[in-house]
Amino acid sequence: MSKEWPLWEVFIRSQHGLAHKHVGSLHAPDAEMAVNNARDVYTRRNEGVSIWVVRAADIVASSPADKSSLFEPANSKVYRHPTFFPMPEEVKNL
Amino acid sequence: MDAKIDYLLRQGDNALILSQQLCQLCGKGPALEEDMALSNVALDLLGQTRMWLSYAAELEGQGRDEDRLAFLRDSGEYRNCILLEQPNGSYADVVMRQFLFDAWHYFLMDGLTRSSDPRIVEIAAKSLKEVTYHLRRSGDLVVRLGDGTATSHAMMQTALDDLWMYSGEMFLYDAVDEAMVAQGVAPAVGPLREAYLSHLAEIFAEATLTMPSPDAWMQRGGKQGRHSERLGFILAEMQFLQRAYPGAAW
Repeated sequence: MSKEWPLWEVFIRSQHGLAHKHVGSLHAPDAEMAVNNARDVYTRRNEGVSIWVVRAADIVASSPADKSSLFEPANSKVYRHPTFFPMPEEVKNL
Repeated sequence: MDAKIDYLLRQGDNALILSQQLCQLCGKGPALEEDMALSNVALDLLGQTRMWLSYAAELEGQGRDEDRLAFLRDSGEYRNCILLEQPNGSYADVVMRQFLFDAWHYFLMDGLTRSSDPRIVEIAAKSLKEVTYHLRRSGDLVVRLGDGTATSHAMMQTALDDLWMYSGEMFLYDAVDEAMVAQGVAPAVGPLREAYLSHLAEIFAEATLTMPSPDAWMQRGGKQGRHSERLGFILAEMQFLQRAYPGAAW
C-alpha cells in the first residue's frame, strides 16, 4: 500500500476560516483521488469549503535540532512582542 | 394502490436496500479511505430513503410512518430494482453495481427536479447534490479499476457482464411509471435512457471495458414486488429487531 498509495497531507479551509489548516493525512494513488478521499474522511460534517492535498514527501519540515537557532533568539527581544499596546475593542481576532 | 405512492416507495426502497448492503461493508473496505467513502454513500442513501418513505406514508394516510414502511414490509411489498439486491461479492461487484445505479440515479434525480410535484422537487434537489458526488466517485473507480491491472480489468469486465441484465429494469416503464409521466411527475423514459447509455459508453470506453448490448434481455419484477431470494435475507437481517420486539425504540 505504501508503494502504490503514497501518503498525502490534507489542509482544509473551514466555512468561516481565513486560512487552510492541516487536519490530518491519508493514503491515495494520486492527487485526484486524494481530494476525493479527503472529502470522505475529513469533511463529513460540513467542515470545509476548500481542500488542499500535498504529497507528504513534498513537505520540508524544520528539524527539531534547529529549534534553538530558529526560535530562541526572538525570546530575549521583548520589543519584538507587541504586548504593551492596548487593543481597541473593535479589533478582533488578533 | 395509488400510483404516486408506489412510485415514492420505488425511490425509497432503491435507496434503502442499497444503503443496507453498503452498511454490511463497514469495516471491510479495501482501504480505510474507501471504507469511509462507502459508509458516507450508505448514509447519504439512508437520508434519502427517509424523505421518500415519509412522503409515501403521508400520502397513504394509514398511520404508517417511515419506520413501519422500512421495518414491517415483506419482500413482496418492496419495490426496489433487483440490481440493488445483488450480493456485494468482490469489490469489483460493489463498484460496478454502484456505478450502474448512480448513473441512473443521477439522471433520474435531475429529471425529478423538474417534477410537477413540489415535494418531489425538494427531495430530488437535495438528493442530487449527494448523487452527483456518488456518480463522480463510482465512475472514477470504474475507470481506475477497468484500466488498471490485468486482474482488476478482468474482474471489472466480469462484474459488468454479470450485472448487466439487471441494469435495464430502471427503464422498463410499467403502468405506474406511465401514470407518473402522464402527470408530469416523472421524466419520460426515452431521453433518460439515452443520457444514461451515453454516460455509460463514455466511462466504459475510458475504462477499456466492453459494454454489453443495451438491447440484451433484461431482468424485471422488482418494481412490482417480485424479487430474487436475496431480498428475503437482506430483510430478515434488517427487520429482525422490529419483528422480534415489536415497537422496540431507543
